[in-house]
This record gives sequence, structure tokens and C-alpha cells, in this order.
Amino acid sequence: MSSDTLAKAPAAPEIPENADSLRIVPRRRLGTWTAAVAVLVLLGLAVNSVLRNQAFQWDVVADYFTSDAVLRGLWLTLWLTAVVMTLGFALGALLAAGRLSANPVLRSVSWGYVWLFRSIPILVQLLLWFNIGALYPQILGVKTVDLLGPVTVAIIGLTLHEAAYAAEVVRGGILSVDRGQIEAAQALGLSRWRRWWRIVLPQAMRAIVPPAGNMLIGTLKGTSIVSVIAVQDLLYSVQLVYHRTYQVIPLLMVATVWYTVVTSVLGVGQYYVEKHYARGSERTR
Amino acid sequence: MSVMVDIRSVHKSFGSLEVLKGIDLAVRAGEVTVILGPSGSGKSTLLRTINHLEKVDRGAISVDGALVGYRRSGDKLYELPEREVLRQRTRIGFVFQNFNLFPHLTVLDNVVEAPVSALKRPRKEAVEAAKRLLDRVGLADKADAYPKQLSGGQQQRVAIARALALEPRLLLFDEPTSALDPELVGEVLDVIKDLAHQGTTMIVVTHEIGFAREVADTVVFMDDGRIVEQGPPGDVLDDPRHERTRAFLSKVL
Repeated sequence: MSSDTLAKAPAAPEIPENADSLRIVPRRRLGTWTAAVAVLVLLGLAVNSVLRNQAFQWDVVADYFTSDAVLRGLWLTLWLTAVVMTLGFALGALLAAGRLSANPVLRSVSWGYVWLFRSIPILVQLLLWFNIGALYPQILGVKTVDLLGPVTVAIIGLTLHEAAYAAEVVRGGILSVDRGQIEAAQALGLSRWRRWWRIVLPQAMRAIVPPAGNMLIGTLKGTSIVSVIAVQDLLYSVQLVYHRTYQVIPLLMVATVWYTVVTSVLGVGQYYVEKHYARGSERTR
Repeated sequence: MSVMVDIRSVHKSFGSLEVLKGIDLAVRAGEVTVILGPSGSGKSTLLRTINHLEKVDRGAISVDGALVGYRRSGDKLYELPEREVLRQRTRIGFVFQNFNLFPHLTVLDNVVEAPVSALKRPRKEAVEAAKRLLDRVGLADKADAYPKQLSGGQQQRVAIARALALEPRLLLFDEPTSALDPELVGEVLDVIKDLAHQGTTMIVVTHEIGFAREVADTVVFMDDGRIVEQGPPGDVLDDPRHERTRAFLSKVL
């Protein structure tokens, strides 16, 4: 049938002659609206109860929120997180490279490390390191208790734990890079080092950043576990206060709000890091 | 003319599957060799052994007078350290079926990367050379684009410019148009033809019979890990001597 005869043929019964002027009405999203109202009501009830329940003692929260002790604890939590993340990912990247290496010895060692340190709960590990003096009273002629204070133990324990997980995150990122990328770099004569830093890692970062962001936030909150070995982080600092004043709930609220604030800031940071590593990944920028 | 690529009794297996069963092939400098054959015939593997992306199990390959990937001492071949292999590869350009451009680098940075980091050229000089090459493949205005913003044909032309940036003595093409939409094949073949007319030595694995007829000095037909026949395109394409060549050509023509 030629286009001429097609155009002259009568339209299907549902389509009027002036199909151009039909207006399209989107489907009503009843479920969305119902859910929104329900959530708003529940949220209102929750906020109301939190604000009106005197036991929260918001005035006490305000008093301690920026007190020296709390800020010192917050500062320790922040730098401990930074140190553990940095060392953990540095060691994790080495372990991942080992896991993917052609060298069977390196592969086995990396596998063994990840297996061991993922098997031991972090709490158990911290307590073991804290009591390592019982196994080795002296290290290189120095008393172990003097060498390994609580903060050092916290850094060692958290880093070793973190590295085991970071290794898997980095390995996953590297595996997500197309094999053809490495071949192209080899065909161009790029050195191993250059292939790794210029070609593979920047592309792997796209897959590494989201779980790494997860781990960073997990580590930030996870550092609170060091309170069991008397390291004065954010949680231990508020505990010290409420052991003295018995204002348990308001001081826990101080910690809660600070953890939430820092986590939110990190989430914003993650958004921009992801955007950076996504360059070149879409048709239009 | 002198021999640029000399392949002698090359064997290669993947596990128990033997994909190259004794290949002998010579490619003279300045000539274009087109390798045809059904999929699974070993043609891509052969191409990849020439720049040592695949190691051979037996036999030897020399490019421009030097053994690829090995050093001979008496009747033994010692595998070269990676650094040496990488240096050899800078003289052999390789263009992949799927382009394999670096998606996180701009077009210009894709082309500049190898001259700067593998040949230690000053960046400024490499950028100028890269711009000339992009102009030559008709993409001077795309220098700052990212690969994903280009069509398949444009990406493959960037990949050719990237291979040329090392000023290689030999160019290898592994099915350069197989991943392209039909209407984009022509623009890539035109660039390759242009290089052929300028006397670049190249080996092209392809399914484009028309291209082989027009550009090849030698057509090689491979099947089941062996070279079945080779010769000028007029002989192999129009008057094949072997039944298997005839059967293949009747299917693709």
C-alpha cells in the first residue's frame, strides 16, 4: 500500500480525525499520595513525642553538645576514623593486588589474611591486642604495655579488620574493569605501574566508592567499640559524663546527633567523589 | 622488499583446544595482508601472538628483524622481561574490535597517553602530534570529547589515531569494523585504506571481502588453526583452489 492510500484510509474508530489535539493525562498516583500523608502523620507524632517527653532533657543536650569533653571525644573519633580508613585501604589495596597477582604465594597469603581477619569479631580482636602483653610481655626489649597503649591498640585492631574488608571492595572494583582496557594498555606498551594508576584504578574507583563510602560511615560509628578498651572517643566521652551525672539519655542524644551530623556531611562528600569518577561515563555530560 | 613479519610454525592451545596448528606466514614491508576465515579459525589469536598479547606454545615470530617476546640462545628461547616486551609493543600498533578506548580520558588524552608514558616524549610535542593525527582521521574537533560521546565509527578512528601515535612499524587490526553499525563501516575502512596507500605495513583480520579485494596485497584464508591458502586477492577471492575457501566465500559474498 502506498503512503497516499494509507493517509486516505479511515482512522481506527478510537482515533478521531484531529488526533493532533488530543491531550494526554498522566495516571493518578494515589498510592504515592496516601503513603506521603501516612508518613507525614507518623513523623509528626514522633517529633511531637520526642519534643514533649521531658526525659530527653534537651536543655542538658544543649549544655553538653559543644562541651570540651565531647568535642575532644568527637575529634578523636574523627581522626581515628581517618587513620583507620587510610591505613586500612592502603593495606587493602595491596591485599587486592596480591589476590589478583600471577604469583601463587602472594595469592595464598592475601586469601589467608582476608579469611583470618574476617573471621575474628572486631571486639574479640581488640581485646586480644589489648591483652597481647600476656603472650609477649616484651617486644624488642620494651615492655609491651608501654609500647601498645589503648589508642595504638585501637589503630592496629581496627586497621587490620578494615583492611580485610577493603581488600574485597578494591578487588571487586578492579574486577569490574573491562579486560580489554588492560590489553589495550599492554598493547600500547604502558608499564605495569602506569596501567595500574592511570588506567585500571581510576575506572575501578566507580565501583569502589559506593561500598567504600559505606565502610567509611561504618568505621566512623564502629570506632565507638574502642570505648571497651577505654579509648576516649565520642561515645566513651559521653559515658564518662553520664557515669558522673546519671543524665544517660541526654548524653546519648549528644552522641547520636553528632554521629548523624558527621555521617550526613560524609554522604554529601561521597556524592561529589562519585561525580568526579563518573566523568566520561555518560553520553552527555 | 624486506620481510617485516616472519611467522614460523606457530602453535597455540587454550587448554586442550589447539587453535593454531602450525602457522607459517611472511609479510613484506609496505604490504597489506588481509586474513579471512570463519569464526574460531584462529585468525584473531594469530594476530594477538604477533605483539605477544598471546604467548606461543611452539614456533617463533619476528617483527622487523627481532624475535617477539623472546631472546634466542642456541636452541632455546628465553622469555624476555616485561619491560622489553612493552618496548617491542610500542613499535607494533594494535586496533581492537571493541576499540578499547580509555573511557575516563578525553580523546586527546587517549592519543597522548602512550607517547608520553611509554616513549617519554615531552607532553607538548605529543599533544601537537596527537592533534595532527586526529585531524588526519577527521576528528580534530573531538579532541576534548570523551569516547562515550562519540559514535562507534568515530571511536574506532580515535583508536587508530592512538595506535599511530607511537609511529609503529607495523599495524595490526583485529576485526576493526565488526562492532560497528553498517552505515559506520565505510568511514573506518576509508581511514585504513588511506594508511595502506601510504605504504604502512599492516595485517588486517576482517570479514569485509570488498575491502580485501580493494586493498590487500595478499589474502590469507584460515580454517581450523591452519592457513588453507594465500595469494593475491584475485587468486584467492575469485579463483580459490580449496573447497573450504570456496564454501566460506559463497557464504559471505
